Amino acid sequence: MADDNPPALPQNTTVHSLYKEGSSKRIALLTGLSLLVIISAVFSAGIGTVSISPQDTILAVGHSCAVSLQNFLHTYLPYVAGWYDSIPFTIPAPGNPQAELIVVGFRLPRIFLAILTGVSLAVAGAVMQGLLRNPLVSPFTLGLSSAASFGAALAIVIGPGIVAGLFMVSYDMFIVIMAFLFGWLSMLLVYWISRSRGTTQSTLILAGVVIGYIFTAGVMSLKYITNNEKLRELMIWLMGGMWGASWSAVLLLIPLVVICFVLLERMAWDLNALSAGDDVAKNLGINVERLRLSGLMISTFIASCCLAFTGVIGFIGLMGPHICRMIIGSDHRYLIPCAGLMGAAILLVSDTLARTIMSPVEIPVGIIMYAIGGVFFLFLIMRGRGRGLY
Amino acid sequence: MELVIENISKDYEKKRVVDSVSFAVGSGEIVALVGPNGSGKSTIIKTIASVHRQSAGSISIDRKNIDTIDPVDLAKMIGYVPQQFTYTLYSTVFETVLLGRRQHIKWAVSDEELSRVQQSLDALEMGGMAGMFMDQLSGGERQKVFIARALAQDPRVFVFDEPTSALDIRYQIEVMETMRNITRERGAGMIIAVHDLNLAYRYADLVVVLNHGKMVGYGKPQEVLTPACINKVYGVESFIVDNEFGKFIVPFRANSAL
Repeated sequence: MADDNPPALPQNTTVHSLYKEGSSKRIALLTGLSLLVIISAVFSAGIGTVSISPQDTILAVGHSCAVSLQNFLHTYLPYVAGWYDSIPFTIPAPGNPQAELIVVGFRLPRIFLAILTGVSLAVAGAVMQGLLRNPLVSPFTLGLSSAASFGAALAIVIGPGIVAGLFMVSYDMFIVIMAFLFGWLSMLLVYWISRSRGTTQSTLILAGVVIGYIFTAGVMSLKYITNNEKLRELMIWLMGGMWGASWSAVLLLIPLVVICFVLLERMAWDLNALSAGDDVAKNLGINVERLRLSGLMISTFIASCCLAFTGVIGFIGLMGPHICRMIIGSDHRYLIPCAGLMGAAILLVSDTLARTIMSPVEIPVGIIMYAIGGVFFLFLIMRGRGRGLY
Repeated sequence: MELVIENISKDYEKKRVVDSVSFAVGSGEIVALVGPNGSGKSTIIKTIASVHRQSAGSISIDRKNIDTIDPVDLAKMIGYVPQQFTYTLYSTVFETVLLGRRQHIKWAVSDEELSRVQQSLDALEMGGMAGMFMDQLSGGERQKVFIARALAQDPRVFVFDEPTSALDIRYQIEVMETMRNITRERGAGMIIAVHDLNLAYRYADLVVVLNHGKMVGYGKPQEVLTPACINKVYGVESFIVDNEFGKFIVPFRANSAL
């Protein structure tokens, strides 16, 4: 019997040192990317049509938080408010009187939306690529964004009408809801189709691609039949951007993104095992069908949530995970958060450039993102050894 | 340890590909499944490895039906090496072997798990390649990594689907010797699908001969793998060479009557 007489295990071996070295480098990269996102956010909040110093930016955020907290306490917890007011330290208001309105009111929601969208799309891409063992899979290739576009296009072209009136939602919110619903629907369709043939990765991918084309046909016909004014609105949505940013969107998305991220991160080891093939994963005790279903559903959900607010944002879902895999390898425990941060960094930097480079005119974020992301990716490929940290 | 396969059958889209096959493997025993392509070897291997479920019959380990065992626990009992191996571009040798410890790892990887990975790699003399990427290895080395992963599972039964098919003759002998020693030392059982009848002849304690999904022979290799049986199952005429190195099967001509 295997456990009767366990042989002595080797200690402090090559494998131990390789593993530890790899882990510390991966943690270093995660820390580095987190800092990059934070620093980019501070700079991004400062630059724009009105330029605000980093110091004022931080003071504006701090002061605004302190004031909001004070108001909240005075309204709901007067007992604690007295204690809070007695704290001798206060955060001074920023030197620039407009700073607070500009930073907190306009730029921060946009920055948050960029970060949340970047994280969601890249995390969804990383998980989808792992689940389907295909590096070319992304929320795009699986028909998700075509479907969301169709939902949005439908909302824009037919207008809010009776349905939106019935549920008392605004026109903008109606577009968001329609985009989300159709994005989500696409994955249900993909899954339903592949169910009949067994959930192998090739049927799922093919089903996704085909569903994507069907919805694209829908978008094209809507473009064809609609009038000029709505066509322009539709084109802007299809180009994608952070125009839809608001605090209510951000506050809705934060918990959703956090919950989905935690759920997906918990699948990391199973995703690693899946890299050895379906058969081996099953032998390792993993319910492969259930993993695929739940993984695809959660990643689609979170990608649809963000796409609904931003319009079509491509590239990140494909390249974020890919770039990270080239740098830190394919251990999903690190790959998922790393891809998320990479996605956030790319989208945030691109969006900041998009709104400042020709200020006060904004250009679509896609133009910047495809250019800088593409160049960065090419750099990684051409460096030759762009693979792993070991 | 005893793994008993009792009357298992498997249907694919209404076609019966394995029909009522029964055999058993005990501690330190090697059972070889032989038969022509499409005779159901891989299907039986996959059924035992929980890749799919049998359509009828039962498999039990130490008299416990494997259907009643939790998949996580079962994964610690049966280690599997598939015929075709899959890996990702950015995975290293030791990360691939570490997957064999999946059911022992919650989140962080303990030193013990890493030690077992090293031990498994050392057993196949692959310790020096731990940090290499899978696509830097030759086909034979890759096959050994996958065997090392099954070793790391530390299972009670190994099920191998053509484990030596990608190996040259030296590796074939090395791997089979290593596997036989490990099976004996750990008191594990081993079920192996092979094409090379001489490997079955030399290393297996028992042979299951399959044809069109049916079991047509079961017993000690020397008794079962006779020229008559080989002719009947494969349609190949052969003779047995018996010299000071042992007995060998020499197939020499396809039977034109079949």
